[in-house]
Amino acid sequence: MLTDKDRIFTNLYGFQPWNLDAARKRGDWDDTKAILAKGRDAIIDEIKASGLRGRGGAGFPTGMKWSFMPKEAPKDRDGNPRPSFLVINADESEPGSCKDREIIRHDPHKLIEGALVAGFAMQARAAYIYIRGEYIREAETLFAAVQEAYDAGLIGKNAAGSGYDFDVFVHRGAGAYICGEETAMIESLEGKKGQPRLKPPFPAGAGLYGCPTTVNNVESIAVAPTIIRRGAAWFSSFGRENNKGTKLFQISGHVEKPCVVEEAMSIPFRELIEKHCGGIRGGWDNLLAVIPGGSSVPLVPAEQIMDCPMDFDGLKEVGSGLGTAAVIVMDKSTDIVRAISRISAFYKHESCGQCTPCREGTGWMWRVMERLREGEADKSEIDMLFEVTKQVEGHTICALGDAAAWPIQGLIRHFRPELERRIEAREGSLQEAAE
Amino acid sequence: MPKVTVDGQELDVPDGATVLQACELAGKEIPRFCYHERLSIAGNCRMCLVEVKPGPPKPQASCALPAAEGQQIRTDTPMVKKAREGVMEFLLINHPLDCPICDQGGECDLQDQSVAYGRGASRYHEHKRAVTSKNMGPLIKTIMTRCIHCTRCVRFSEEVAGVDEIGALYRGENMQITTYLEQAAKHELSANVIDLCPVGALTSRPYAYEARPWELKKTMSIDVSDAVGANIRIDSRGREVLRALPRINDDVNEEWISDKARYQVDGLTRRRLDKVWIRKAGKLQASSWNEAFELIAAAKPGKDIAAVAGDMVDCETMFAARKLLNALGSNLVESRQTGMNYDVSNLAAVNFNTGFAEIENADAVLIVGSHVRWEAALLNVRLRKAAKSGAKIFLVGPEWETTYPAEFIGADVSVLHDLPAHVAEAMSKAERPAVILGGAALAKGALHPALALAAEWNLVRDGWNGFNVLHFSAARMGSLMLGFAQKGGMADIAAAKPKVVLSLGADEMDLEPFADALKVYIGHHGDKGAHGAEIILPAAAFTEKSGTYVNTEGRVQLADKAVFAPGDAREDWTILRALADALGVSVGFDSFEQLRAQMIAEVPALGHEAVADYGALPKADMSVKASGAMSYPIKDFYMTNPIARASAVMQQCSAELLHGEALPEAAE
Repeated sequence: MLTDKDRIFTNLYGFQPWNLDAARKRGDWDDTKAILAKGRDAIIDEIKASGLRGRGGAGFPTGMKWSFMPKEAPKDRDGNPRPSFLVINADESEPGSCKDREIIRHDPHKLIEGALVAGFAMQARAAYIYIRGEYIREAETLFAAVQEAYDAGLIGKNAAGSGYDFDVFVHRGAGAYICGEETAMIESLEGKKGQPRLKPPFPAGAGLYGCPTTVNNVESIAVAPTIIRRGAAWFSSFGRENNKGTKLFQISGHVEKPCVVEEAMSIPFRELIEKHCGGIRGGWDNLLAVIPGGSSVPLVPAEQIMDCPMDFDGLKEVGSGLGTAAVIVMDKSTDIVRAISRISAFYKHESCGQCTPCREGTGWMWRVMERLREGEADKSEIDMLFEVTKQVEGHTICALGDAAAWPIQGLIRHFRPELERRIEAREGSLQEAAE
Repeated sequence: MPKVTVDGQELDVPDGATVLQACELAGKEIPRFCYHERLSIAGNCRMCLVEVKPGPPKPQASCALPAAEGQQIRTDTPMVKKAREGVMEFLLINHPLDCPICDQGGECDLQDQSVAYGRGASRYHEHKRAVTSKNMGPLIKTIMTRCIHCTRCVRFSEEVAGVDEIGALYRGENMQITTYLEQAAKHELSANVIDLCPVGALTSRPYAYEARPWELKKTMSIDVSDAVGANIRIDSRGREVLRALPRINDDVNEEWISDKARYQVDGLTRRRLDKVWIRKAGKLQASSWNEAFELIAAAKPGKDIAAVAGDMVDCETMFAARKLLNALGSNLVESRQTGMNYDVSNLAAVNFNTGFAEIENADAVLIVGSHVRWEAALLNVRLRKAAKSGAKIFLVGPEWETTYPAEFIGADVSVLHDLPAHVAEAMSKAERPAVILGGAALAKGALHPALALAAEWNLVRDGWNGFNVLHFSAARMGSLMLGFAQKGGMADIAAAKPKVVLSLGADEMDLEPFADALKVYIGHHGDKGAHGAEIILPAAAFTEKSGTYVNTEGRVQLADKAVFAPGDAREDWTILRALADALGVSVGFDSFEQLRAQMIAEVPALGHEAVADYGALPKADMSVKASGAMSYPIKDFYMTNPIARASAVMQQCSAELLHGEALPEAAE
């Protein structure tokens, strides 16, 4: 179990104020100038060495992502250098996820300092923090915290006395899940309809306003200053190979005490639940299935998840993924088909409508799921539904198509007998007309 | 030049090509809906998926993927087939299968590709989506349930037309394409979205339920509604022209045409002159050809005869008229019917020398006295492209809404003698500067001042001629090549006091000076010219005769005859030939072939379907000073010629789109 001294987010629960004074007492903004003085390559190398993988869901190595930013600023048509930007994804809309919210609420200065460090490492002119529209109080806190940092000279001209000019802008979203996709977020920031862009070109080449841009999750950015202060070796001492560090787990659903907790990566599921959540409601025998990484990853049935290490590779082995580490626990009282059907409805609602398979497929899948919930279908339709999910998966511009397909694939893979039982039960209950 | 392999076939593709283009070069057909050569890449229909190695183990959208060295592209694998079938199925689940009542039927991409790449049956048993149809104005009929959200129409309006008229509302399966607040699409190229729409969501409102494409006779023709000379295809059934569609010609119209070119054709069946009319006791009365010819002969014009050509006349008609006049000893021919008298001694000075395709490469453009959007909507598209690639554009003349960043530097033509410093600097420093002189500027005598600027800025340089005159009437360059001009313009004709005036469809001329002359109108529509005439000889419209037209670039183009003229109407040259007999002179041709051969013998350039060479620009006459406020000749884009004025569709467009009249709605 992670000890308190190794926690990065020391005010995760808001026992102390979020403001700059309190944050400084917790060690934030402590000689940030010295961190920047190490130089951009040193910072990126340190992050690379720490093994930090992106905390937004895909798990792309963060240091490597930063290193994709051009060393020489590209020139525009008139020969002037273009600025680079850091975009911080605080559009935390994945059902089950609530970690960025806690960071912004109670530790916003970790994020702002991280923005400066990361922005400096990629020579960004400014950071845009795109915060989810529904996070009203969090946005207020963030606005106030940014103002505090400006007033204290920590960002802005000559940020933290480093001689580097760096601005931080907070931009509020309008409530679209798809704007959490990196290129859709860039479109939205530019004032356009939030629809993902085609890649290539990747944002590191042409992103916000056509300038080199890196989009990072809040948690990835917020941990960066601490990693550099305490060293890559410290951070990589947690977790298994390729899954290093500490991570905010958000456990919701049928556990005794749902919570957000910082833990070492690769902690076994059983230990995570027992230590922090007071166990499964009704005991371990009552566990039905777990969605381990937010609504877009396939569910994992009880017997497979119990001793599974909670990290990228461990969950991949059981056919799922770590995602944002939003662990949704479902006990045996759950109507599992209805749960997945509800997730399907969510993706139907949030599909941007740009590309065909997702636009048309999400609605189709949801409608079939709704019928399967009541057993109002034919058994052959289960296979058909599986095939439709395969027709969506991997055929779309962004990953929302995949995210809509995977929960259903997980359900069919693990709960096919339940689906068939419902169909049989309904068929059996139908009265046949007299001949 | 990257080398790629398409289905085992190795080939070099040009730099910057996409995988889709590579496949096409290899002769493989790639189905697509959203991809269009002239629009930006959207990559959203997902129909063009192919397998590419190296790359992720999933099909890739070929339209958006750059071709790279060593790529292995497969278009024939089970994965590709399955992907296409899947996308096709998705497109069809919410598409109404109402092909029997859909106007796109028979020329529908969705229909064709579903036959070629679809699965053949649907597995979708849920309810289908229905979408309310949107108002897009008098030209575009919408049945939005059929929309497959390819966004070609959105991209066309934004990128080519340069107006934010069409966009998408809502998201996911509720996404709907609509105009902003359901206002009518007002741009003069708006109806091109009908051609772009791969399904029957946007169809032609005037053409609704008129015909099926396989019933139509297709004739290659040239648009005469402006001087661009857009290449069009006339679709006709029986004696009626049902629609006009653009043909692809990258040098002229790319693949667009203006709404007027497309929709004035219904005017070809309205207000037509299909009988000979003679004014008796102040009233026009139906008569016969013989009586009309006898009357003209009785006027004994001798050499006191003049001919004025209208805006839509073909070269053959003008040549025949000139031959007739010459045989009678007269050379009183003029085509600039509104009275302009600019110097035509050197045609290079009144030609669009840069060419439409080349003007895209200009980096500084000075437009003097031309409402380009209305006078040559397709040229405006080119100018927008130039502006997008960084050209600075300045305009002299009353302000109009440009579709690109441009600066108006004054409405008075005298500004040419005293240009603002930054304009002069931009023009003189540009690598490929261009000046475009419009009709409003010519009317104020700006030709020589502009030529002086051309010399000053060195507009003619290696591989570049930046001096342009933008005419508005389709007949203009042809008429000038045939010498249809007097030094003093119409004033010279009036001063000669002709006994007989032949009006070749000249509807914009001032008839006042010819009050005593016998006015013979040879034309096809009962418009202004016919109203003022003593004798009306019914002739053929541009769809009813073969003819040669020269556009404002000096490009000679041939149009074919699509249908026969109505009633007693005859092709113009036959009328003039018969008139020669009636007047007892010989013009030297008895057939259209002979006429054309003679014309080409006299003006060889008319025999080549190419851009005529007019030689070098003349020296500017520095003594000429231009002054006066300019006003554009076109007051109403939709009402510029007799065909358009007769067209119910154009009248409706004019009323609704330009004069803001409310849509007549049925009482509840």
